[in-house]
Order: sequence, then structure tokens, then C-alpha cells
Amino acid sequence: MSVAADPDEKFAHYAHPERLVSTAWLAENLDTDSLVVVESDEDVLLYDTGHIPGAVKVDWHTDLNDEVTRDYVDGAAFARLMSAKGITRDSTVVIYGDKSNWWASYALWVFTLFGHEDVRLLDGGRDKWLAEGRPTTTDVPATQNVEYPVVERNDAPIRAYMSDVLDHLGKPLIDVRSADEYTGVRTHMPAYPEEGALRGGHIPSAASVPWARAAAEDGTFRSRAELDAIYRDEVGLKDDDDVVAYCRIGERSSHTWFVLFYLLGFSKVRNYDGSWTEWGNAVRVPIVKGEERGEVPTS
Amino acid sequence: MTAPLPAKLDEIVEDFQALDEPDRLQLLLEFSQGLPALPAHLLEHPELLEQVVECQTPLFLKVEIDESPERIVHLYFSAPPEAPTTRGFAGVLHEGLDGLPSAEILAVPDDVPDRLGLTRAITPLRMRGMTAMLGRIKRTVRAGQPA
Repeated sequence: MSVAADPDEKFAHYAHPERLVSTAWLAENLDTDSLVVVESDEDVLLYDTGHIPGAVKVDWHTDLNDEVTRDYVDGAAFARLMSAKGITRDSTVVIYGDKSNWWASYALWVFTLFGHEDVRLLDGGRDKWLAEGRPTTTDVPATQNVEYPVVERNDAPIRAYMSDVLDHLGKPLIDVRSADEYTGVRTHMPAYPEEGALRGGHIPSAASVPWARAAAEDGTFRSRAELDAIYRDEVGLKDDDDVVAYCRIGERSSHTWFVLFYLLGFSKVRNYDGSWTEWGNAVRVPIVKGEERGEVPTS
Repeated sequence: MTAPLPAKLDEIVEDFQALDEPDRLQLLLEFSQGLPALPAHLLEHPELLEQVVECQTPLFLKVEIDESPERIVHLYFSAPPEAPTTRGFAGVLHEGLDGLPSAEILAVPDDVPDRLGLTRAITPLRMRGMTAMLGRIKRTVRAGQPA
């Protein structure tokens, strides 16, 4: 870690306190040389309306997704992106965004696929920074291309493909979508019909824990005790569990992945980014409708 | 051969086409900032606005058709400042279509959003929000036509 962690009392209770920074900490550290602040939003223009001074923009869709194949960019493209944003392999990267850090979590997860070591989230994201009346600017920082090595993506530890999920059935699965998507009443989120699926429901045995339960009203993460009460006491996750989280395209489940992996310290947590837009459109995969988790098929 | 557009909308499409990609995004941002606020009669009666659920961010729309022989159409949009892309799409449609006769609006080709040259920068997924808005406007105008 090239920049000292935020010693915030709340973070100290998490398994990896160094993965979060507070708005106050960021305000004090904005001028630190080895720190790069990245904004990552759902809305591609939001950064341009005003952002944290010095922050660069990374768009989840145009920067992190491959343009042709449904996959993430490769090592060479990621290196070009990092270089253009002024990020070196040693940089401390703090990511923040809209919607309680949905897309910021997603970006952090993609950075992690490439093994970027020191990448953190701003607790509370864009909304909290603005709500506190902290400074913003429309000036885009003039970044100089820096050296970033071409590192091949290492998907296996934190990313699950559909075939992995089929093999995983019987072990803990967390469905982070809304209740209506889980039961199959809806095949998409209320305001996102273009990301629909042909079938509604959930993957057999998946527990329903909508992602937003991990976020407080101000968009910050809930405390360690509150998160333990949800994921350990209520869902029954145990320390050495092998867990897969999914949603619709993998962005809301990145938020839950962050919670399980970094805040609660589960050692094996994977995000199934194919999620419901793959599973709900796939031929002959098992689906359960309704509120019950359902049984894992035996054959 | 593409169908002709109403003059103002055609001008907007040409403005977008004349720019390179980053500047097209800036122009869309200007449209989002230029989207007029709701008039008093709608501010006081938000229930008159209809939500376009096809958009990722809540967008509210009101289509008013006057009693003149040409049945002039007035468009009112409302979207939050934290949704600049949605506001930008609304701004383009407002400037390009507001005040036109019903017949001209119904003749606008459904693929106009694709002609702004934003699809690569914005992604096809996001462009569908604008296509949905145009579709909603045309459906409402069509429904308001005398039988």
C-alpha cells in the first residue's frame, strides 16, 4: 500500500479496512502524488457535469467492456487505459461513483481482475461528497501517459462463468436483485427493461439478499455488525464458504462481492457477471420461481 | 436513402455529425443543461406527467396538442440533474420537435437517435432510452389524432 490507510474508526471493524476511505480522508489526501481518484458512474455524462478535483473518468461500458465480445478488456487494453488515466501499477486508486457506488464497485472488481493491488472505494460515493458540500470541478486533469505493464486478467479467483455456477450448485449462492426479479414476477429491474431475460426466477438454492441491504441511506456501507447480522446470522454464511454472487449484469453483485470479500473477509467469493441476462436466457439451465430458494437438481 | 427530418432536428443531427466523438458528448451535455424547466401548470400538477419507464433514469414527459387545424405539439420533459444523458436526449427532442404540427412529428423516422453518431460513445444500450422517448412521443401524438 503506497498511501497510508484511512484510520477511520468505522473501517477498523472490517476485515480489510484499507479498502475504504472516507470523504474527509480523501479531501485531505487529494494532493498526494501517488493517489489517483477515479469516478465511475452509470450515466456516461455525469462526470462531465462536475467531479472531485483531479478525478479521472472510467466508464464501465466503453472503457472496461470489450466492444465486440461480452467480456472485459484484455491486458493490453487495460494497460492503455491505465496509462492514459495517469495510473501506474503502484498507484493508490480511489474509486467513487453514483448509485451508492454500484459502478465504482464494478470498476474496482475489474481492476482486481488485473491484480491492481491498491484500489479502494470512497465510502458513500459521489452523493456523499456532494451532500457534504465538498468542492467539485468540470476541469478534466491533464494526464500524461505513464507506464503500466500489460498484465493478463486472472479471472478464476473472483469471477465465475456459467459453467462454474453449474458446478457450484449446492454451495452458497447470493442473488442480489430485487424481490420481484428473484421470484420471477419481473424479468428485469423496474426501470431497465432493455436488460431483460426470456425467463424469470432465480438460480436454484440462491438466497435472496438485495444488494441495497448492505448500504445505509447515505450510500455508505453498513457497519460490520449490521453486515454480519445479514450475511452470517440470517443467510448462514460461514468463514470458509465458497460463495458466488450474481444480479442481472454483474454490477449490483460487484457491490455485494466487495462487502463479502473485503468488508466481511470471506476468502473465496466470486462474482457471476453473466448473471441473469445470461442464466435467464440460457437453454436448459435449472430455474426456480417464487419465494422459496428451491432444491438443487440431482442429475 | 434516409427519410427527411424536420428542419430543426435535421440541423441538430448535422451539428452532431460535424463533431468528433468527445465533442459530441459535450454537445449532448449542453443539451442537457439547456433543457427548459417545467412550466407552472405542470410543476403544480406533477400527476399530469407520464413516466417513460424504458429509460434507465426516471424521465417524465407530457405531450400537449393544441386545438389548431395543424394540431401543434408541445413537449415538456423532467429528469433529475444527476441523469445528464437522459436530460440530453430530452433536450435534443425538445429543441428538434417542440412546436411542430402533429403530422411532422409522426413522420419522424424511428432511427433518428442512431443518426446522432453517439452510439459508440454512449453504447447501444443507453441509446435505447432516446429511442423509447421518441416512440412514446409518437404514440401519444398518434393517439391524440382525430379519428
